Parts: sequence; C-alpha cells; structure tokens
Amino acid sequence: MRTMLSQVRGLGSAGIGTDSHLIRQRITAYANIPLIVGAILVVVSLIGADYETARQRLSNPLVAALLVALILNVTIHMRLGMQSVIEDYVHHEGLKAASWIANWLYTAGLAVVGILSILIIALGG
Amino acid sequence: MQSPADRRPLSPFVQIFRWPITMVASILHRVTAIALYGGAILFVFWLVALAWGPGAYDFAVMLFGSWLGWLVLFAFTWVLMQHIMGGIRHFIWDTAKGLDKPGINHLAWASIVGGIALALVLWVAVLLAL
Repeated sequence: MRTMLSQVRGLGSAGIGTDSHLIRQRITAYANIPLIVGAILVVVSLIGADYETARQRLSNPLVAALLVALILNVTIHMRLGMQSVIEDYVHHEGLKAASWIANWLYTAGLAVVGILSILIIALGG
Repeated sequence: MQSPADRRPLSPFVQIFRWPITMVASILHRVTAIALYGGAILFVFWLVALAWGPGAYDFAVMLFGSWLGWLVLFAFTWVLMQHIMGGIRHFIWDTAKGLDKPGINHLAWASIVGGIALALVLWVAVLLAL
C-alpha cells in the first residue's frame, strides 16, 4: 500500500515543482560566490573608466562569459528565493499564482535583457 | 463596551521580546535577499546603458556617480556582503556544524560583523585606489 507520506513528500507548500528546490538553491548559492567576486573585480576596475574602455573590458570573452554566467545563476537563485518568500507570506491562492508569474517575469526578464546586453557589447561593433 | 474576548490576555509577539542575535541575523538574511532581488535591476540597467551607447552610458555613470548613487552603491555593497555572510552561515549549518546554542550565536555575530567588515574593507580599498 502506498502511504500518503510517500505521495506528498517533497512537495512543500507550493504543492508542485519543489522536488529539487533546496538543491538548486544551494548549487546556485555556491556558484554565486566566485561569480560575484569576479563581477566586483570587473566593476571596480571600471570606476572612472570612459565608455570605450568599459565596452572593451566587457568585450573580453572571459569577462563576457563570467557576466553571462553571473546573470543566469543570480536570476535563478533570485527566483527560487522569492518563491520561498511568496510561499511564506502569500496564502491566497489566486494572489500566490499571480506572485509566481510576476516572479518568473521579473527574473526571466532581467536575465534576457542582461544577457542580451552583454552579447551586444561582446559581439556587436 | 469591551467583550470578554477583547480582554483576553494576548500572546507575546516578536516586538515584545529582546531580539536574540540569531533572530537579527535570520531577518537580515531575508531582508537583504529581498533588497538584492530589487537591486539587481541596477546592474542590468548599467549593462543596458553600456550596450545602448555613449550617451546612455554617461547618463548611467552620472547617476551612479552622484552622492545618492554612491549612497545606494554603498548600501548595495553592504546588503550583498551581509547576504553572502548569511549564506555562508547556512553552508556551515548544512555540514551539521555550529548548530548548538553557543554555535548559533557565534555564527550570527560573525555573519553580521563579517558583512559590515567586508563592505567597509572593499570601499576603503576602492577609495584608496582612486
């Protein structure tokens, strides 16, 4: 006989899609640390730099790759974190669904716009 | 006229208690997370401005270079460092270490002192290098 526990284990308050939430949250958290350190070095190196210098620095394939990885990793981490916040504080089902959609749109939007900008800088003339 | 229900003794809530440092660290972790969630748009704004062209980039640099911009960037730095320190606290807990009572207090203090120290060290280093 299948117990109820075996059917609901891992679902959490979201009810769906949380089976690897903690693992993905932790993996993106670990990856965030070296990526953030790299991004801080890039940004600090550009203090006082003019437009051309900044464009050139971000055109470097390593710098562009670092920033694309950072944006992807951070936005996934942000979406997972905000999902937990929503699960904790938003209890109305309709509002919860709307909050999830807003969370997806905001984080995915930041990822798309951010990565596109880096690609334009790195590949564009 | 008060009903008997209104005169019932109330259960103490968070604002009644002296805040244990673990509670401060825990709340800081979530508050900084939410601040970074919103603040991330600043970094993307900077990237968009750089992709857009010289005029947009100069405008972004002008905004970030204003006194309000510096204030926001310093706050952003501290919030980021605090969240990283809070995250490392969770990584340590994940190894089942530091979960005893002295341990949680030490880790909470370390994360708060570490967050402030990292933000200050980073900014002092940047200001000295300028």
